[in-house]
Amino acid sequence: MTVTERQQLSYIAAQAADARVNLEIETEGMTLNIGPQHPATHGTLRIVAKLDGEQVVAAEPVMGYMHRGYEKLAEVRTYPQVTTLINRIDWLGSFANEVPFILAAERLMEVEAPPRAQWIRTILFELSRIANITLFLGDMAVQVGAITPVFFAFRDREHVLNQIEAATGGRFHPNFDRIGGLKDDLPAGWVAETRQAMRKIRRFCDEIEELVEGNEIFQARTRGIGVIPPDVGLSYGLTGANIRASGVDWDVRRDSPCGLVHDQVDWKVWTHPDGDSFARFWVRMQETREATKIVDQLLDGIPSGPIMAKVPVIIKVPAGEAYVETENPLGVMGYYVVSKGDLNPFRVKIRSASFSNVSITPWLLKGVYVPDIITILGSLYFILGDIDR
Amino acid sequence: MIGVLSELSYWQVTSIRVGAGLVAVLLVAGTLVYAHLFKMVSFMQSRLGPMEAGPYGSLQLMAEIGKFLQKEDIVPRRADRFVFKAAPFVVLTSTFLLLVVLPGGPDAWFISNDLGIYLAMAVSSVSVIGILMAGWGSASKYSLLGGLRATGQLIAYELPLLLAVVGVVIQAETMNLQEIVLAQANGEIFGWGAIGNPFIITQFAGFIIFMIAMQAELTQTPFDMPVAESELVTGYMTEYSGLRFLLFFIGEFATAGVFSAIAAVLFLGGWYVPGLDPADNLFNVIGPLVLFGKVVVLTFLVFWVRFTFPRFREDQLQRLAWKFLVPLALANIVVTGVLKVVV
Repeated sequence: MTVTERQQLSYIAAQAADARVNLEIETEGMTLNIGPQHPATHGTLRIVAKLDGEQVVAAEPVMGYMHRGYEKLAEVRTYPQVTTLINRIDWLGSFANEVPFILAAERLMEVEAPPRAQWIRTILFELSRIANITLFLGDMAVQVGAITPVFFAFRDREHVLNQIEAATGGRFHPNFDRIGGLKDDLPAGWVAETRQAMRKIRRFCDEIEELVEGNEIFQARTRGIGVIPPDVGLSYGLTGANIRASGVDWDVRRDSPCGLVHDQVDWKVWTHPDGDSFARFWVRMQETREATKIVDQLLDGIPSGPIMAKVPVIIKVPAGEAYVETENPLGVMGYYVVSKGDLNPFRVKIRSASFSNVSITPWLLKGVYVPDIITILGSLYFILGDIDR
Repeated sequence: MIGVLSELSYWQVTSIRVGAGLVAVLLVAGTLVYAHLFKMVSFMQSRLGPMEAGPYGSLQLMAEIGKFLQKEDIVPRRADRFVFKAAPFVVLTSTFLLLVVLPGGPDAWFISNDLGIYLAMAVSSVSVIGILMAGWGSASKYSLLGGLRATGQLIAYELPLLLAVVGVVIQAETMNLQEIVLAQANGEIFGWGAIGNPFIITQFAGFIIFMIAMQAELTQTPFDMPVAESELVTGYMTEYSGLRFLLFFIGEFATAGVFSAIAAVLFLGGWYVPGLDPADNLFNVIGPLVLFGKVVVLTFLVFWVRFTFPRFREDQLQRLAWKFLVPLALANIVVTGVLKVVV
């Protein structure tokens, strides 16, 4: 608490000093619209920034340019059809979007996927995490001005996408998860190829570590920029790597697992005490490595058995309500599903990570310089589909 | 060659010089764009780059120019029309003026001026005015921010650039670029004169400072805050389209070539290669090619850095200029001066 108070006080003092200067030389503020069409927001987020010179006096995110009404659309679709929609929420790690919804539906129907399906589900869940975060690792360098790493990211992300495609048939929108299991079993030779892909991802992490993380300019641009104290982060509902970078040791995969088998393998939740942009980058880097380890261990022990539990062909979910959340690539994602015993869900509420992660920007962007806006937005790492749904 | 030129009338000499100037700017810029921007960088980023236009994509630049010429010349409604339209020409003027003092051989030069390098440093500042005009005239907030950043940065880095040159001037005892080349060709390093005295050896600190300041003058990464594409779209160039954008684009690469040529003249012996007599008429033919070769090497360094590093923030790059480069350059001048007197 002391940190934030001190920050606020120093901010007020700086404001007062600026106001005196402004009275003397009569400078005018300027309102800068960053977005909705802007290269840094990779999508259609708009930040209205009031500037004094290059310093931000106030900033406000304007969301909703990409709202597609998935929560409402889900009400007129049957349960299996909903996965087609929610694939498109976080389009970089689509499979992870399907999992919590399917788990919620399974909880309502009181069925459980067979162990083999659970293990493969977890593997694909972690693969989509890697597919998502590798792009961040390259993209963060673009935000601070180095354009080469993102090409490496696209190159090596391809290995993971190939594996997802081989297993599910879709690179971006697998639509593979079913209530009670998975659509298909794994193709032959998939396990060995995935191991190879994991090796390539680890090499990619080494490469990024040398090229970006160890670079002095990158460190100068990100260290101490956009510091989020843990209490402020929690009060704004930050989740995932953003809150772990502030030193909060909280990971849904470990702390409240449901339906996925992360508790079967040996892995570690990484945190960083600093809470700045560099910490967020660093935590995500470690998480990618950790995810490759999880996948490797899971590949060793995929149990045999059926891929699908016994569920009726026409799925009617009994009346009731369920909330399931999982640790998605961008943070905690939850689905609150209310059923009245029909073919369609009565109501679906999606708790997406990016929406909360972006809502901290008015607090975080106060007093920073224009170049740091981009660094901070980049390090918060949001997907526009995940904000607007 | 001088003899030949003196027999021609004024208009003939002038057209030869204008033609040579255009070739020196456009050919160099075109080569740099193709070799470095299209191909070298593509290989660094594990992709192929342009492959379709011409053999191995070598005519891609022609295709790009054709594309830019066809595009509409858009002027924003609230723009200051005259300033907006004139700005790219001002920037390009600076590039051509820089070229004037460059020697390409013992007799192959545009003008031989005793204030050569001083003139070059002076006209290189003209581009700042063009950039400020572009930033102000566009009536866009991104352009304005970019123009202001560029102005602050270019002024800050002109100082280390100039101070780095001073060391060379002390050692060569002249500001005439032609004589700086000859001083390197005929010089010796503490009594050893087999390769002459390319000043990169005795003025290594000066060379490093010059290259860093040059990178900043060219607004290349890590000093590309003025055109930072991830935050200011493209800074002062945001509102430009068609031919005028092309002029900025050519200006950027031509200036990179000309600045590298000045660095080559100051530190790498210009058109001279060791082992030959610098007065040899041969150098009038191969001199420009030798210089061009050195330019390609130096621009390779520029673009290598450009596509590897992230960018400095505005305050960080100002700090680098004032707190590190300027003191280092001053120390370099002191050391050079003392050694000049003592040795």
